[in-house]
Amino acid sequence: MPAHDSSNFLLRLLEWLGLSSWVPGWALILGTALAGVVLLLVIIALVALFSVWMERKVGGHIQCRLGPMYPGGWHGWAQTIADGLKLFQKEDMIPKGADKVLFVLAPALVLASIFGALVAMPLSYDWYFARMDLGIFTILALGSTTTIGVIMSGWASNSKWSLYGAMREAAQVVAYEIPLGLALLCPLMTLGTFSLLEASSLQSGWFGLQWTIFQDPFNIAAFIIFWIAALAETKRAPFDLPEAESELVAGFMTEYSGLRWTFFMMEEYAAMFLMSVVAGVFFFGGFESPATALMRQVELDGTVLYSLVCFGTLVAKGFAGVFLMMWLRWTLPRVRIDQVMTMGYKYLTPLALLCVLLTALWEAARFALFG
Amino acid sequence: MTTPTGENGKSILPPPDEVRVLPNGEREFFYDVATSDLEVNMGPQHPATHGVMRVLLRTDGELVTGAQPHLGYLHRSAEKIGENVEWMQFLPYTDRYDYLSAMNNNLSYSLAVEALMPDVEVPRRATMLRIICAELNRIASHLICFACYGLDIGAFTPFFYAFREREWIQSLFEKICGARLTYTYIRIGGVFNDAPPGWLQEVSHFCDLFEEKWHDYYNLLVENHIFVQRTARVGPVSREMALDFGLTGPMLRASGVDFDLRRDMPYMAYGEAAADGAFQIPIGRGEKGLVGDNWDRFYVRMDEMLQSIGIVRWCLDNIEEGPVMPKLPKTLKVPAGEGYVGIENPRGELGHYVHSDGGKVAVRCRVRAPSFVNLAVLEDLMPGTLLADSVAIVGSIDLVVGETDR
Repeated sequence: MPAHDSSNFLLRLLEWLGLSSWVPGWALILGTALAGVVLLLVIIALVALFSVWMERKVGGHIQCRLGPMYPGGWHGWAQTIADGLKLFQKEDMIPKGADKVLFVLAPALVLASIFGALVAMPLSYDWYFARMDLGIFTILALGSTTTIGVIMSGWASNSKWSLYGAMREAAQVVAYEIPLGLALLCPLMTLGTFSLLEASSLQSGWFGLQWTIFQDPFNIAAFIIFWIAALAETKRAPFDLPEAESELVAGFMTEYSGLRWTFFMMEEYAAMFLMSVVAGVFFFGGFESPATALMRQVELDGTVLYSLVCFGTLVAKGFAGVFLMMWLRWTLPRVRIDQVMTMGYKYLTPLALLCVLLTALWEAARFALFG
Repeated sequence: MTTPTGENGKSILPPPDEVRVLPNGEREFFYDVATSDLEVNMGPQHPATHGVMRVLLRTDGELVTGAQPHLGYLHRSAEKIGENVEWMQFLPYTDRYDYLSAMNNNLSYSLAVEALMPDVEVPRRATMLRIICAELNRIASHLICFACYGLDIGAFTPFFYAFREREWIQSLFEKICGARLTYTYIRIGGVFNDAPPGWLQEVSHFCDLFEEKWHDYYNLLVENHIFVQRTARVGPVSREMALDFGLTGPMLRASGVDFDLRRDMPYMAYGEAAADGAFQIPIGRGEKGLVGDNWDRFYVRMDEMLQSIGIVRWCLDNIEEGPVMPKLPKTLKVPAGEGYVGIENPRGELGHYVHSDGGKVAVRCRVRAPSFVNLAVLEDLMPGTLLADSVAIVGSIDLVVGETDR
């Protein structure tokens, strides 16, 4: 982001303080970058903290129990913080015979890739880290590099169970990357943009409910394909084969503990949230909701409140997706590796291709009929 | 025929298995190289072995090419202890080898000792209480199997549902004998004490509600598409194989053999219950795939829970007032002889062989443990399955490692 961009909040802050002429350009660029890094880390940490607590509560209530109730007082809200503190204090262990460099590097790489992908996620119409025209492209490209970290961790752990997990992850991600991208092509074609910001504003019709998923039947099919592929990409049940705790002990995470293990967990929850946000932006209207439409009607757009409502809408959609993932996880058994492969290559990929074709025809027909 | 050589003229490669001369005069060397299988220890600390059993798996990628169970991690010399303590004193030990169905273990041992004591008559009420407890314990044990099998396949939630109902059964047992896992309730001659007031009504209430809950399990797991795909056609045990390996219990019935000790070699009042049509014997029919596959084994157990409810109801209808324990001396002296009684344990035929020389201590005490016998089939079932299926097969055998090792 260029330092002179009017959307640079640091610049605006300095202007407000009357300090903008005192600070040199390079310091502003560096400061902006650092502030972005810190903010993103905070977002990842908060998403992980909340999601882990939510997972426990959702899982608990699905299983006729309450989940954590004690730490913090109200419904155990501080459980994840307590857990985080515990993990932070754990002994830093590297197993004998492990490839030390790769072992240490792997969790960092996993977190870095999701960190990079989150840069492309806008927080509101005028709150974003980078205004990317190819936002979704960046998310898919950087998001899938987590696989490299997972394979590295599995290989470096010097454990056979970890190796199985790593191999499964490799096979699974390669199989599901294709339907994931193809399914996303359908809303991309309907909207005609790769940018997440633009995609939102394009869905801002009637009551803020002119969402892509309501545009044509193939987008509904595309969403279902996208969602299944996203579950596989984020290693969530029923596709949690790389971790498969009843088969592979803990898969690629078997030998990790403490902070490094926390990195993997943070990546998992951040990736879940990111995938849900992508679904929210491209299928379910992004920042658009009846609330935002109403605010535009009474000309409240452009205010901080409007930005906040947009932000809240996206976060709500993101966590709705995360909830759906949890619901599926606590209901379904795990599929087998050959079934995962069969489903990816034999069913989802051709179906996604068909969806792309039909959406293209639908769009062409709409263009021919209505211009 | 020369092989590629290094700088010092020595061969850097072993002699090839085959050399072909190409049309342009160049030579190609061929080696008969096989990639070696990966040997991996599943256990003794592995979440899928249900205790401390070790299965040495040979795998080619995800494919399992061989499996060898290693036993003995939980060996506690239970049989030898049986030859060193008095008759009554051994009873608590029987609780502990198959800790999921302690009532049945007590029952089998008591029946075996009673077989040597013709002048001891078990009161009718004690018999009924014995059956009620044994069948409730069977339900509890099958619930564990159902729960853990879901875990093995990757479904968490059924585990908690099953434990909720198992908790209820344990509370019932706690009320009647004070213990929740190792009961020592069924004693030689009868049962420890009479049911407390209102207990039989509670059991009846449990029967009514359990049938409703059972349908939840059915919807959650049994007909779940992913579950069916994971279990049907996996690890089939044919009828011949089941008979050859001497399998018993649900493992045998899942393979289509209609044999149940409760009906075919009746002990206590099971014969009367069978004659009254209180229960049927569910057998595997290969509804979802092959006869004797994992789904059949799973479903036979599910169905048996309902049949057990039928038996409990029959007992509640036929129970009458009376004593529950005959007068027996504190230190039992069992007449000389040999006795063996096999009963239908949740896992199969559990038999106790006891040999007495008329003294206070058994000369020989031997347990026929169904888990141990059923485990033998594992080595034949595993090759050719995938890693995830091998876990499912171990789960479908429903092992209690305490019993295989004793």
